[in-house]
Amino acid sequence: MLQAQASVPVQEAAEPTYSPIVDFWRRLRKNKLAMVSLVFLVTLSLVAIFAPLVAPYDPYFSDMPKALSSPSGEHLLGNDELGRDILSRIIYGARISLRVGLIAVGIALSVGMVVGSIAGYYGGRIDIIIMRFMDIMLAFPSILLAIALMAVLGRGVENAIIAIGIVSIPEFARIVRGSVLSVKENEYVQAARAIGNNDFQIIFKHILPNVMAPIIVRATLGISTAILETSALGFLGLGVAPPFAEWGTMLGSGRGYLFNAPHLVFFPGIAITLTVMAFNLLGDGLRDALDPRLRR
Amino acid sequence: MLKYIVKRLLLLIPVLFGVSLFVFLVLHLFTADPAAMMLGQHATKEQVEALRESLGFNKPLYVQFGIFLSQILQGDFGTSLMTRSAVTDELLTRFPATIELAFAAMLIATVVGVTVGVISAVKQYSLFDYLSMVGALLGVSMPIFWLGLMLIIFFSVTLGWLPVSGRIAVGMEPSTITHFYLIDSLLTGNWEAFKSAVSHLILPAVALASYSMAIIARMTRSTMLEVIRQDYIRTARSKGLVESVVVFKHALRNALIPVITVIGLQMGSLLGGAVLTETVFSWPGIGSFVVNAILAGDFPVVQGGVIMVATVFVVVNLIVDVLYAFLDPRIKYS
Repeated sequence: MLQAQASVPVQEAAEPTYSPIVDFWRRLRKNKLAMVSLVFLVTLSLVAIFAPLVAPYDPYFSDMPKALSSPSGEHLLGNDELGRDILSRIIYGARISLRVGLIAVGIALSVGMVVGSIAGYYGGRIDIIIMRFMDIMLAFPSILLAIALMAVLGRGVENAIIAIGIVSIPEFARIVRGSVLSVKENEYVQAARAIGNNDFQIIFKHILPNVMAPIIVRATLGISTAILETSALGFLGLGVAPPFAEWGTMLGSGRGYLFNAPHLVFFPGIAITLTVMAFNLLGDGLRDALDPRLRR
Repeated sequence: MLKYIVKRLLLLIPVLFGVSLFVFLVLHLFTADPAAMMLGQHATKEQVEALRESLGFNKPLYVQFGIFLSQILQGDFGTSLMTRSAVTDELLTRFPATIELAFAAMLIATVVGVTVGVISAVKQYSLFDYLSMVGALLGVSMPIFWLGLMLIIFFSVTLGWLPVSGRIAVGMEPSTITHFYLIDSLLTGNWEAFKSAVSHLILPAVALASYSMAIIARMTRSTMLEVIRQDYIRTARSKGLVESVVVFKHALRNALIPVITVIGLQMGSLLGGAVLTETVFSWPGIGSFVVNAILAGDFPVVQGGVIMVATVFVVVNLIVDVLYAFLDPRIKYS
C-alpha cells in the first residue's frame, strides 16, 4: 500500500523535501498511539502465523476434568466448557479473525475500487446504475445483510469472508467514486489522455495512485469493522463453525456458562476489543500522516 | 421544501423495489433449494416436492418474483414455519419491542454523548476529557454483544440489581394499547409494570447505545472545539456573557447541526445492533426473531424480517435527511 504513495512524483521545492514515503513515516512515527497499535498488530500477526509454536496447548485438546476451571498458573486464561485451553484457542482465533478481516477487506476494496472508479470515471448512466445498486445494498444494516448472506451460504471461514466482503463493497465503491470524481478533471489526467493512454491506464496508473490516501485509511478502519462483524456472526452461531477457535464463536458457546465461569466470555471479548482498537488507532494515525491538509 | 420531500418519497419506491428484488434473488439463487431448506434434513422427496408446488417454487423465477411482490404490497409475507402464523403478524407484534429498545438506546446515546462531548471540549486536555475519550475509543472498539454480556455479569449476576433477560417480569405485562410497555404501563397507571419494564430495558439499552454514544461524544467534542475558536464566541465572551450562556446558547447551538446528522446516521445502525443486543438479552423483538428464524431455516420470516428492517432503515434515513434540511437552511433541497 505504500507503493502507491511512493509513486506520487516528488515536487521540486525550495525547502528540503523527503520522499513521500519517508515523510509519511516520520509523521506516523510521531503518533505514539498509532505506533503502539502497529507494534501490537505486528506482534499479533506473528503470534497468529506461528500459533503452533506459541500456543502452550493444542487448542482442540479436550481435558474434560479441567472443564470450566478458572485461570491458573498452568492455564493462564483458564479452560473452556470442554476443558480446552482458552489462551491457546485465543491465539489460534487470531488466525481466523485476522484472515477474515484482511481478506474480506481485500475483496471489498478490489471490487469497490473497480466498480467505484468505473462509476466515477465514466459517469452518466453507468454511474447511476452502479450507485443505485450500491444504495440498495446500503439500505440494509450491514450486519443484517451479512447474517442473511450467511444464512444462504452456510457456516464456515470462507463464507464469512465472502459475506463480510460483499457487505463492505458499497462503502469502498462510494469512497473511490468520490475520489475519482475529485481528480478526473485535473491537468495531469488530461495530459495522460493526451499522450495516448487508454482509460484503463489512466484509471489505474494515473488516477488511483493519487487518491489512495483516504482509501488506505478507510481500509484500515474497515478491517476493524470486519473483525467485529466476524465475531458477531460467530456469536450468533452463523459464522465460523465449532470446533474452530474463533473469538466470536468462543463467546457464543461460553455464553451458557455466564454464571459459573465468566472467564469463558471475558477473555475472547478482550482479544476482539484490543485488536479492533488497534486497527482503529492505526487508521486514525494513518489518516493524520497521509493527509497533508491535517499537518500541523 | 415540500417538493424536496415528495422527491425523496418517490425515490423510496425504486430503492424498496430493489431491496425486495435483492432479498428475493439472494434467497432464491444462493440457496440450492429453499423448499428443502425450509423442511430440514429429515424431509422426504415427496414432501419437498409438495411444498415446492404449494409455494410456487416450480414456476419461473420472474413469475415467482411477481407473485412475491404483489403479496408483499398487500402486506402478506407468507406463513412462518416456526409458529405457523402469518409472518406479517409475527413481525408486527415484535416490532414495538425493537422500536422501544432502539429509542431508549438513542435517548441514552444522545443525552450522554452530547453532554460528555460538550464537557470534554470545554475542559479540553483535562482528566475528564482524557478519560471520556478513552471511553469513546472503547465504545467503538467493543463488540456490543460482549458489552451486553459483561453488563449482565456485573449488574445482574454479581450485584443482582437488574434482570438478566426479557422485556418485563412474567405476568406483569400491562394491558396493550400501544404495545410499547413503558407507555402502556404509564397510561394504565400500572407502576409495578412500569418499574419492571424500565429495569428490563436499562442493560440492553445501554449496551446498544454504547457505540452510538461514543460516536456522538467524539463528534460533539470536535465540532464544539471548532466552534469555540470562532470569532463570534470571542465576541460573546468579550461582551461579558456568563460562560454557561456562551457555551450553551452560542456554541452548542451551532455545533449541533453536524451532531444531528451523526445522531440520524446512528439511528440506522442501532437497528443493526438491535439484532445482536436482542439475542444477548432475549429481548422479544424483530432482531432476535430473525436470527432464530435463520437458525431454524424459517425462510419466509427471514425474507419478511430482512425486508421490513431494511424498509424501516431507509425510512428513518429519509426522515433524518428531511429533518436535517429543515434544521440547516443552507442545505439545498434540489
